[in-house]
Amino acid sequence: MIDVRNVYKTFLTPHEVKALVDVTSKIDAGEVVVVIGPSGSGKSTFLRCLNQLETADSGHIFIDGIDILDPKTDINKVRAEVGMVFQSFNLFPHKSVFENVTLAQRVVRKRSKAESKEKAMRLLEKVGIQDKAAVYPDQLSGGQQQRVAIARALAMDPKVMLFDEPTSALDPEMIGEVLDVMKNLAREGMTMAVVTHEMGFAREVADNVIFMDAGAIVEVGTPDHFFKNPDHDRTKLFLSQIL
Amino acid sequence: MNDSLTQRLNKQRRSYQLSVLCFFMLLAGLIAGLYYATLQIDYVWRWYNVPKYFVYQQTIELKCDVEGDVTSTSLKDGVAVVKVKQGDDVSTYEGEAQEISVEPGDVVYPDDVLASGQYWKAGILILGLILTLKVSMIAIFFGIFIGLFGGLARISDNPALKWSAVTYIELIRGSPLLVQIFIWYFVLGTLINTLLTKYGFENGVPPLWFGVAALASFTGAYVAEIVRAGIQSIHRGQTEAARSLGMTYAQSMLHVILPQAMLRIIPPLAGQFISLIKDSSLLGIIAIRELTKATREVVTTSLQPFELWFVCALLYLILTFTFSMFLQYLERRALVQ
Ligand SMILES: Nc1ncnc2c1ncn2[C@@H]1O[C@H](COP(=O)(O)OP(=O)(O)OP(=O)(O)O)[C@@H](O)[C@H]1O
Ligand SMILES: [Mg+2]
Repeated sequence: MIDVRNVYKTFLTPHEVKALVDVTSKIDAGEVVVVIGPSGSGKSTFLRCLNQLETADSGHIFIDGIDILDPKTDINKVRAEVGMVFQSFNLFPHKSVFENVTLAQRVVRKRSKAESKEKAMRLLEKVGIQDKAAVYPDQLSGGQQQRVAIARALAMDPKVMLFDEPTSALDPEMIGEVLDVMKNLAREGMTMAVVTHEMGFAREVADNVIFMDAGAIVEVGTPDHFFKNPDHDRTKLFLSQIL
Repeated sequence: MNDSLTQRLNKQRRSYQLSVLCFFMLLAGLIAGLYYATLQIDYVWRWYNVPKYFVYQQTIELKCDVEGDVTSTSLKDGVAVVKVKQGDDVSTYEGEAQEISVEPGDVVYPDDVLASGQYWKAGILILGLILTLKVSMIAIFFGIFIGLFGGLARISDNPALKWSAVTYIELIRGSPLLVQIFIWYFVLGTLINTLLTKYGFENGVPPLWFGVAALASFTGAYVAEIVRAGIQSIHRGQTEAARSLGMTYAQSMLHVILPQAMLRIIPPLAGQFISLIKDSSLLGIIAIRELTKATREVVTTSLQPFELWFVCALLYLILTFTFSMFLQYLERRALVQ
């Protein structure tokens, strides 16, 4: 589903940072991959390159067989197939919860009012906030906002979902409700790439765990292998610091 | 304890009242001082002369220019028709009137009044005010469009768009409006009208439109900066969220960024437009008879400069005040949504 080959990304401003160094990775359909690593190791950049919020400098990225770095590719089409959930939710504050979930359905998918409404209500029910449809985002708790953001992304019927630290901005008591929604998604067979510091989630849900450091993928493995006896010293050091 | 609180409140209230009194005394003092100074130079205040520059009554007379007999008269829908027979010739007089002063059979002579009417006409100050309002509104309308596209071009990734916008904005903001009006009128105006004449359009473009163009392009540059600042004040995550859903740049601007930026754009925009209304007073120099030019003309004929300039300032104040009230209303409405 996602095929990343020899991707490099360097930021030049404010100063030169090699954010991604020869990153190669493959995520199969229905697979859940958790990306972990220290701050500044390039996890967000990796995810953002997958829907071209950042453009990789070189290498190849295929999403469902489409080369997204090919200038002839219509990136908006690809992005509609790749949902993204942000650390800071980024809900549209001037739109109600309902409108947040229907807007892109209407303007991107060109769905009818009735169809988008039906879909929105179903998804809001799925993430457990159907009773807040008419409310504006600033009246919701962080956990509720993040669940709306997930519903908003799911409304496009994406083939892949990207999560960039979806629970890092949440109060501890709200983390569970968001993780539950994500676990359900994984169970339903959604292809997911998740950057998170929630190791419990990684152990329970991930098919593979990727450990990144200084822009490079250091180690990939199943949670079992990864948490019990990792190959690399760098991984061991990191795990000892966070566990 | 309670007593001392009441005492303190009383003291506060008294000192507040004293300040208000001071303010009004100062104001009265200024006005009295001005009045006294004008007495010293024997200026005669004639406020009663001012209203006629707003509205005045004009008498229109339908006059005869032959000698003869009136054969018929009629007055219908404010139009009088009088027929006068001179020998075998019948002359017909037709014109706007409220009453007819002759009857069939009357003998009339040249210069006799056949019919007359008294009409209220808008005075030159009102005409000037209307022109100021008209010029400002057209310039604001185009200024918003220029500013919107200028602002979007200014933050565009396309270098051609971006540098065009930067050049435009810097040129306009870096030179005086008066000079820009001259350039529009004497340089571009001459060029355009000469070319038009050459290709058979004899009439050319009237000065009014060069004035409007100068004001619109001037305002557009400032609006562009306001729009740019408004858009850039919206968090980057909003664009990213919109784009990650597959929206195009235009869609994310239209549905997500601009509606949010609008709230932050309206207040500085209001200030800009109030400046525009005031700046339109410069258009008098290219023979556009807006409020200031109108006032200047009245001053030279009436010899009442003091009254008229105060009235002129007051009229601008009313315009700008009304306008800012209207925009505040818009802002409140946007906030409610
Ligand atoms: N837009 C940008 N411009 C310049 N440098 C950037 C930009 N985005 C990221 N970087 C730099 O690239 C490196 C990798 O950043 P990235 O955000 O991918 O790390 P991360 O692993 O997600 O870290 P964190 O856990 O703090 O979110 C960092 O050194 C960061 O400073
Ligand atoms: Mg990050």
